[in-house]
Amino acid sequence: MQDYTEHILELVRLTATDLSPDVEKALKVARDREEKGSAARGALDSILLNVDMARKNSTPICQDTGTPIFYVYHPEGWSTRKLRQQIENAVAEATRRAYLRPNAVNSLTGKNTGDNVGDEYFPTVHFEEVEGSTLTIELMLKGGGSENVGAQYKLPDSRLGAGRDLNGIRKVVLDTVYQAQGKGCSPGFLGVTIGGDRGSSYCASKEVLFRKLSDTHPNPELAKLEGRITDEANQLNIGPMGFGGKTTVLGTKVTDIHRLPACYFVSISYTCWAYRRRKMIAENGKVTYE
Amino acid sequence: MRKLNMPIRDEDIRSLKVGDPVMLNGIMLTGRDAVHKWMVDTFIEKKHPPQGEDEKIYAKIKPMLNGGVIYHCGPVVSGLDTGDYKFVAAGPTTSIREEPYQGPVMHHFNLKGVVGKGGMGPKTLQACHDVPGVYFHAIGGAATLIAQSVKKVLGVYKMEFGVPEAIWVLEVEDFPVVVTMDAHKNSLHAEVEAKSKIELERLLGAS
Repeated sequence: MQDYTEHILELVRLTATDLSPDVEKALKVARDREEKGSAARGALDSILLNVDMARKNSTPICQDTGTPIFYVYHPEGWSTRKLRQQIENAVAEATRRAYLRPNAVNSLTGKNTGDNVGDEYFPTVHFEEVEGSTLTIELMLKGGGSENVGAQYKLPDSRLGAGRDLNGIRKVVLDTVYQAQGKGCSPGFLGVTIGGDRGSSYCASKEVLFRKLSDTHPNPELAKLEGRITDEANQLNIGPMGFGGKTTVLGTKVTDIHRLPACYFVSISYTCWAYRRRKMIAENGKVTYE
Repeated sequence: MRKLNMPIRDEDIRSLKVGDPVMLNGIMLTGRDAVHKWMVDTFIEKKHPPQGEDEKIYAKIKPMLNGGVIYHCGPVVSGLDTGDYKFVAAGPTTSIREEPYQGPVMHHFNLKGVVGKGGMGPKTLQACHDVPGVYFHAIGGAATLIAQSVKKVLGVYKMEFGVPEAIWVLEVEDFPVVVTMDAHKNSLHAEVEAKSKIELERLLGAS
């Protein structure tokens, strides 16, 4: 098996310092929509200038380089133990090169490991075997500020008048955006899971954030819900940074997974405007990035 | 655009209003979750006796915080192995987590400003009125851009808290912020939240 450490290091660098084109484009559209001279537009101008500088200087877009969350899709028979080791080595080297902030903190002692390697949950690595001979590694760097404003509801929710239906789901997601205000570094993006248990539900709400911004859900009802949530979240006028303004949410991705009869969870992962996710594809000895 | 030098005078603080853009110049200290808890537990509520170098550090930071500002920031720093520190990325972290501590810390150290993002709550707003002080909002996530305003790292304390949580002493030049909570009990955050609540109620009522 080939050693991919150097390629994974490049994936980390790219994710931390070079915002995906679809996200940058969405931010530009949002900037042009805000009124000239408004705090909202000023915030988005600074954000876009920062994105540009980070790319040119190869320095982190945001100092909170977050939890490194890897999804590895590997061919049959590969050693996931070795792949994990390569990922850990790449993450530690990326920290030495200041692409990543040392972010793994012992919850009891408060001690920072200094290299982003904590335990089997940090960095987070999911493995899945796929057909064929292509290795695909996806990485998301998910910052703590936006992670703190994520939420999980169990329906029905009498406080919000939210039942076990699409309208109830819409209500709890809007409540999450309201509760977040500007604290999750709006304008944000929402990953929403309908169903699952508490663990799988949150997990899937992050996975759905790997989708491209231009994707809509294949189920027309859920596609409509995605659009409606984004539209209504923007009617809250929380705006960039919570300064007030037209842009609070730039996209919503919904997924539904099976649940228990007794449970009806809706889990919302909120990601900040610095929505950092990238993909590495290794095929026939050649590595490309998206 | 208005420029302010640290330490900041009371009359300058009182003249600031919500919405004012400001460039900060001079000495600024970072401090976030671990630092605020440490300040309150050790020196304000005195729940724990000072450990190790704590008293020396207190004597060093107290004059710099007097009339100064604290920055809620956990930076990416290069030169960790050589001690030739440079701020690579240094945007603000979410301030609301310091809400239980910020008022007492402002009073104790005579802090004139808190720099962060996302705003703070009623206890801090009251402290802004009483001390007086203001809350300066920096652009969340604009880390590479903001790091350009950090001209020099003058020192670091409490490195045992880790790089993001340590107290970094910075010399800043034209550090860009906007006043979002002033010394006259005005808070942009309270205003935006109240308005968004009305919209939320309307949207929850729809089917």
